[in-house]
Amino acid sequence: MSAIPSPEVHAGRSSQPFHDTWVIAKRGLLHMRRQPEALTDATIQPIMFVLLFAYVFGGAISVEGGTGKYNEFLMGGIFAQTLTFGVFGVAMALASDRKNGAVDRFRSLPIAGGAVLAGHAVANLIKGLLPIILMSLAGLVVGWRTHSGVLDVATAYGLMILFTFAMTWIGVLLGSSLPSPEAVQGVAFIAIFPLTFIASTFVPVQSLPGVLQTFAEWNPISSLSTALRELFGNPTAAAYDGAPWPVTHSLEYTLIWIALIVLVCAPLAVRVYQRSVAD
Amino acid sequence: MTAPPTNAIEAEGLVKRFGSKTALNGVDLTVPTGTVTAVLGPNGAGKTTAVRILTTLSKPDAGTARVAGYDVITQAVEVRRNLGLAAQDATVDGLLTGRENLIMIGELHHLGKKASRSRADQLLQEFSLADSADRLASQYSGGMRRRLDLAATLVARPPVLFLDEPTTGLDPRARAELWDVLDGLVGRGTTLMLTTQYLEEAERLADNIVVIDHGRVIAEGDSRELKRKVGGDQLQLVVRDEAQLDHAASILQRGAGAEPQLDRQARRVTVPTTSGVAALAAVSVALADAGIEVDDLGMRQPTLDEVFLTLTGKPATDESADAGTGELHEVSR
Repeated sequence: MSAIPSPEVHAGRSSQPFHDTWVIAKRGLLHMRRQPEALTDATIQPIMFVLLFAYVFGGAISVEGGTGKYNEFLMGGIFAQTLTFGVFGVAMALASDRKNGAVDRFRSLPIAGGAVLAGHAVANLIKGLLPIILMSLAGLVVGWRTHSGVLDVATAYGLMILFTFAMTWIGVLLGSSLPSPEAVQGVAFIAIFPLTFIASTFVPVQSLPGVLQTFAEWNPISSLSTALRELFGNPTAAAYDGAPWPVTHSLEYTLIWIALIVLVCAPLAVRVYQRSVAD
Repeated sequence: MTAPPTNAIEAEGLVKRFGSKTALNGVDLTVPTGTVTAVLGPNGAGKTTAVRILTTLSKPDAGTARVAGYDVITQAVEVRRNLGLAAQDATVDGLLTGRENLIMIGELHHLGKKASRSRADQLLQEFSLADSADRLASQYSGGMRRRLDLAATLVARPPVLFLDEPTTGLDPRARAELWDVLDGLVGRGTTLMLTTQYLEEAERLADNIVVIDHGRVIAEGDSRELKRKVGGDQLQLVVRDEAQLDHAASILQRGAGAEPQLDRQARRVTVPTTSGVAALAAVSVALADAGIEVDDLGMRQPTLDEVFLTLTGKPATDESADAGTGELHEVSR
């Protein structure tokens, strides 16, 4: 058989959205394996953060529950921060696909509508599991232990996956609306990086000054940190006088945010993406 | 499958605007099934915009187009099933190997895993990429990337192929290699539409050439017709001593039987010719007899700029919006 096309032969069975999504997700995972920076972000960085914060701040910051408890307090926060950074994997991947013409190539193929976005989202979810596992192991090394039931711990990990899913859609939105991967990095540093610090990620919110404390109390990254700490049975530093509802009901507040992000960002992201590739 | 339509590509009155800029200003195109059409034009003429509309990537503001018999707007999926597109900047995936690139395209065409693999092997062989099949495409040379890109467009054996500036940025050797590959595609039932900035490339590959400028078709025809319009081959002479330029010009005028053009600063005379090598031989003998010292003498093709100058009365880079509309109907008959 010749490789030269002949007009009688045709490919293309009917629409196969799951298959198409998986093919594009597989590509995204191969990309991560072959990009040293992306792989570092997903593996070495989370481990390093756990070790650095545990050993550098561990001695200086005290939380209730006695000495040595900071490392247990830390884990909920560092999980929350790393999951938030998950926004950038998908945003960068999508922005570079738009820039280098890969999106056009996919769109010229008879694939299911939405498979490109869904493929990126699935790849991002799977990529998100790796740092969760590695951080858990690094946490065990620095003395982090859970003090709750199996069900609570499982709920905590489920919450992390849900949060990653929500972050994926913010990533798709950023990756579709920003002009280049460089712009994505800019936003990462200016907007999201500080957002993860003005929260209860690394210090109890009561230690923050006035406005910042209020901001941190309502920051969903705080509520995720606190919810995880509660589910793990770790110190939360959240039982103080005048704690607002998001602090006292961190799990509910986090779930509301996840639902809001998915309900608002997912349709918006799809629309912005379609417009960004249409011309 | 039903019989293929007479015309693989039919476009009528395509208009596309980006803000205040009109990229396409009423383009009609007809490409009969099984033929090769080159769309020739300078940067910004609207070539890529036309390709993007015909391949369903972009929607026209006005006009209609059918590819392989299907409407590009209302039957986009059927159109995609029937086309292969090699975009301008060879959009192969640098983080995948050559083989993985082709298998992925096969799977996205729903060929199935096994068929995708064997099709990839076949194409890698055919495009002399078998030795580099398992290297990342980012390590390929420019020519190899183009070949891989072209192979990717052929995975599902589409009846209609679009190649947007397939050789731009390639060195002359890689360009010649790619031309050979494209030669192999031509004349076996596949319809090919390519865009190019090079008259030589259009002439070498295409049955029919469409010249576009500022979003309009300004000329159309096979290369012989087109060359008749623009004067075809030229004899070009560079003399060593400027003082001998006029004498040399008169010899060229006699040899080629046409009015020569002089560029005194470059000590260059150019004259259109239809008799080719015979004129070249006669002129070189006459120049030697007259004792004129020659730096360079040869046949050359008109450049795209000269084609545009002849067709529009303005160079290809001229940005004025209505360039050459006067000649449009005269030449595109």
